[in-house]
Amino acid sequence: MKAPVSWIRELVDLPAEVTTEALAARLTDLGLKLEAIERPGDQITGPLVVGRVLTMEPEPQKNGKTINWCTVDVGAANGTGEPQGIVCGAHNFAPGDLVVVVLPGGVLPGGFEISARKTYGHVSAGMICSARELGLGDDHDGIIVLPADAGDPGADAFAVLGLDDEVIEFEINPDRAYALSLRGVARDAALAFDAPYTDPTDRELPEPDDAGHPVVVDDPAGCPVFAARTVAGLDPSAPSPDWMVRRLTQAGMRPISLAVDVTNYVMLETGRPIHGYDADKVRGALRVRRATAGERLTTLDGTDRELSPEDLVVTDDSGIIGLGGVMGGATTEMSGTTTRVLVEAAHWDPVSMFRTGKRHKLSSEAGKRNERGVDPTICGAAADRVVELLVAHGGGVAEPGFTLVGSPPEPDPIVLGGQLPARVTGIDVPVDAAVRHLEAVGCTVERDGDTLTATPPPWRPDLTDPFDLVEEVARVVGYDQVPSVVPTPTGGRGLTRSQRLRRRVGRTLAGAGCVEVISFPFTGPAALDALGLPADDPRRRTVPLANPISTEEPSYTTTLLPGLLKAAARNLGRGAAGVSLFETGTVAFPSDAGPAPIYGVEWRPTEAELEKLYDALPAQPLHLAVVLAGERERAGWWGPGREAGWADAVGLVRRLAAELGVALTVRAASLAPWHPGRCAELVVGDGDDQVVVGHAGELHPRVCQAVGVPARSAAVELDLDALLRYAEDVVPGPELSSFPVAKEDVALLVDASVTAAEVEAALREGAGDLLESIRLFDVYTGEQVGEGRKSLAFALRFRAPDRTLTEQETGAARDAAVAAAVARTGAVQR
Amino acid sequence: MSGPNTDYDPVEVTPLKPEEVEAARDAALAAIAGAADLEALKQVRIDHAGDRSALALANREIGALPPQARKEAGQRIGQARGAVTQALAARQAVLEAEHEERMLAEETVDVTLPTDRVPAGARHPLTTGSELIADIFVAMGWEVAEGPVIEAEWLNFDALNLGPDHPARTMQDTFWTDPPESGVVLRTHTSPVQARTMLTRTPPIYVVCPGRVFRTDEYDATHSPVFHQVEGLAIDEGITMAHLKGTLDHFATAMFGEGITTRFRPSYFPFTEPSAEVDLRCFVCRGVDSQDCRTCRGEGWIEWGGCGVVNPRVLTACGVDAERYTGFAFGMGIDRTLMFRHDIEDLRALFEGDVRFTTTFGSEL
Ligand SMILES: [Zn+2]
Repeated sequence: MKAPVSWIRELVDLPAEVTTEALAARLTDLGLKLEAIERPGDQITGPLVVGRVLTMEPEPQKNGKTINWCTVDVGAANGTGEPQGIVCGAHNFAPGDLVVVVLPGGVLPGGFEISARKTYGHVSAGMICSARELGLGDDHDGIIVLPADAGDPGADAFAVLGLDDEVIEFEINPDRAYALSLRGVARDAALAFDAPYTDPTDRELPEPDDAGHPVVVDDPAGCPVFAARTVAGLDPSAPSPDWMVRRLTQAGMRPISLAVDVTNYVMLETGRPIHGYDADKVRGALRVRRATAGERLTTLDGTDRELSPEDLVVTDDSGIIGLGGVMGGATTEMSGTTTRVLVEAAHWDPVSMFRTGKRHKLSSEAGKRNERGVDPTICGAAADRVVELLVAHGGGVAEPGFTLVGSPPEPDPIVLGGQLPARVTGIDVPVDAAVRHLEAVGCTVERDGDTLTATPPPWRPDLTDPFDLVEEVARVVGYDQVPSVVPTPTGGRGLTRSQRLRRRVGRTLAGAGCVEVISFPFTGPAALDALGLPADDPRRRTVPLANPISTEEPSYTTTLLPGLLKAAARNLGRGAAGVSLFETGTVAFPSDAGPAPIYGVEWRPTEAELEKLYDALPAQPLHLAVVLAGERERAGWWGPGREAGWADAVGLVRRLAAELGVALTVRAASLAPWHPGRCAELVVGDGDDQVVVGHAGELHPRVCQAVGVPARSAAVELDLDALLRYAEDVVPGPELSSFPVAKEDVALLVDASVTAAEVEAALREGAGDLLESIRLFDVYTGEQVGEGRKSLAFALRFRAPDRTLTEQETGAARDAAVAAAVARTGAVQR
Repeated sequence: MSGPNTDYDPVEVTPLKPEEVEAARDAALAAIAGAADLEALKQVRIDHAGDRSALALANREIGALPPQARKEAGQRIGQARGAVTQALAARQAVLEAEHEERMLAEETVDVTLPTDRVPAGARHPLTTGSELIADIFVAMGWEVAEGPVIEAEWLNFDALNLGPDHPARTMQDTFWTDPPESGVVLRTHTSPVQARTMLTRTPPIYVVCPGRVFRTDEYDATHSPVFHQVEGLAIDEGITMAHLKGTLDHFATAMFGEGITTRFRPSYFPFTEPSAEVDLRCFVCRGVDSQDCRTCRGEGWIEWGGCGVVNPRVLTACGVDAERYTGFAFGMGIDRTLMFRHDIEDLRALFEGDVRFTTTFGSEL
């Protein structure tokens, strides 16, 4: 909402010393938020004066243009009183006209300095200005010709042009629709400065009668009030008065024609949107009803629309002629030949307005006001004001008759405790002060002890609850009066275990040289194809979005890898020799239990209802993914660098598991997007409770190529929620034996397909309780062990809690371990 | 050095002559002083203090002397040998020190050489920033609440007093899952976490909810369809706007430094009534000579977020006794907060994953 300060001051008698900044600041304190203060004359330095053209001599030029050599009376503004000689290229004026002259020394917008200069054989001492040159609009067809009574030659043109008028632009919150009018802005300005206020809708109105244009309202809920007046005998060519054009322009509306400008002007002034019909095109009575399915209307923007039974329409004998309160129809539109205007000022149901506007994707200044709520009591006054202005400036006459159908809905009284404002705001507001403040914003208040019954004024349809009134009291008292008191909760429990563990995950990975990334969680078939996911892969079953940002990525993602790989490729493309990236983020798998119900808000849904709601949501596990691409260790003075590989990926997971106290089992697996021979599945839990929480390893060479990362890049993706569920909570302290350790090494020949983990598990089980630790220290393949075989060498450490182990005991334990490995993995001891 | 005993005299053997002892001692001391390194000293020790050295041999002959002479000779030789032993030890210490010094000098390396074989990792500033915020509130006795990012429409809107005809429910702002009738959206704020908290817990409730949210905004230097919010909710008996102000003042001070507080301006949010916009005192210019301040653009204040007293309608929908309890809520963008705290010009830097950006912040903020 843009409000010219001169217009505000017309309605409220503010002290002269109140600056525009102060006015804007106080209104911001009251909830009308200052966006900007515009000063149209800011970029112009005088002398800028009114001039009267004395002579003009057209002089054709060689280049085909004709210039006018003019003498202009600028009074005493040039210091001599002599006529000023000025060359002017425009032709839309004549001797005797008043024009705007910038004299040498003046500066126009854009830093354009004016000086006397030789041009076309004359010394041109100044410039006759167009609206565009002054930054007042785009009109460059000619210079500004002022009205005959604009002022004497030599008078300052700033005031004449309104260049000294400041405009405050406010951001108006949806609940303060009243402030979408000068009437409302001025009312709050009066409240702010305790200044006398004139309500522009406070007018002497004729008594409604049946002499005017007939109106029938079939749907009083949709259209509670409908006022109509008619003005005839308008001069279609009559221009809008300059002051009106200026104010409309200042308020951000484009001047069009007198009839349209007047309706817009009255809307800005009162907040009430007005519709004007070409009365000669209207056939019979106006009727307001809901549309029926299948009906159509071509609105005056030229769009043919299919109407919904929820849409409110205005009809005449010819059918539908407008979408009530939203947009008129083409058939009764005012035009350049309109001489009779039927003025409609109607109150429409805001919810209907909102829905119709949304359905037809129509947003307009009128719609914005109608859907937020306009004072329903001012329809007659607004129509009367339109008539007044059309008669005054269009040469028309008001036809007899004032149609007024319906009556404005009465605001419901609100009962509140007089202490509520103090109880909610923490400001010390005595009850009588609360009453006073409520009355100041227009409420009628009845007090019964400490109980108040407040009836909101008709321009405040947003005030419906006691807490709404608390806000009104608070803004009048001033939000700056709210004290600052830190509340004292009765002791929190700190972070949850999961929250603490997740922090640890991030620190562990960062400590291992990985950099955290946050990507957008959207994906699409191309990204999943690049991962080589088979058609039936569960990660292909995504949660689709109805309105995705990009058609390439129409779904919420099921895997973090595409985003991470993209970031890796970007880093490598920007010159990194290698990157280690990780991300923790939610992925989503659809639920089949939808749709999610929408309950009322009058009471809490039952547990069963909530359960149904939760079930309809997609499963949203928190995932962790890592991508290691290119150099994992740098080359340096210490020697060559090292490319990332599968072992780095698996190693990171092992380190993480150790940090979290999770017993992790690594098994060979085969899953896209990993290399089928270099993919580990990550298993937690034991026995029947084993869960695969994710995978780690080298990426498939085709995937590396598709996403643009180096071959042998490695990756991890796991379900972090699942992993954390297996993190040990309360760890029992170990009992450490101080008896000596006994070491035994064993080398076992196994088939190449047998994994180290299988052999280790067998050894561990066979070795029994005396085994303290086991560690694989060598893998050998080659001629000595034969084709398709490998040798695994393990270091076993035995220790007893209560004695020194004898050689026999140690040997027996080792033999048992080997025997188990032989039995379970076909191993042969070397 | 003892020569062959050609002229044996049991009373006065040559090695025991005082001059001979002195000579042997002096020769030993000279050799010790002349030993250039530990190796040479080792030889000197064998030659002059070893079993075959002159003084050792002389010592052996003492027993052959008559008793009177024995004492005197014993004393003389003992003194000589003592002097040699002392000199040896002293020289040994000197040479060892020299050797150590030389060895350490030889082993000197350039400790300024790079040691970053594995490049440094880092956590994302949005993660560490969220944790910082969480920690500030946890220190006040609050807890950190969380909820799903794909959320029921009822929880994201209706329960928060954003009725079916609220503008925020149109397709303009919200990502809807397909089909739109599914009643499931990408949450547009973290407020549904507040609703969930009220639905599952009984007051007093003091929770802060940091998290990822979604709006169908253009992606540019100051907007992103994916961004992060932190919201707070306090429900207790006797909660007022003053508690809200106190909490936000404390938060501002903890996050931006002593003296940085907040101010309220009337505003509108369906979730709260009364509602306020909360501005943060500019922590760069502190509101003094703000004209040229880049951070607050001359305002002296920075728009930080929205807040207010929880609308009793919301309490009712979430099963909280609105007669007994009042509450306050607030919310602000974490991304935006970090942008002005760290002078980050372009929001997109947070989501590009460029390690050069992220490693700047290290692992803590
Ligand atoms: Zn500043």
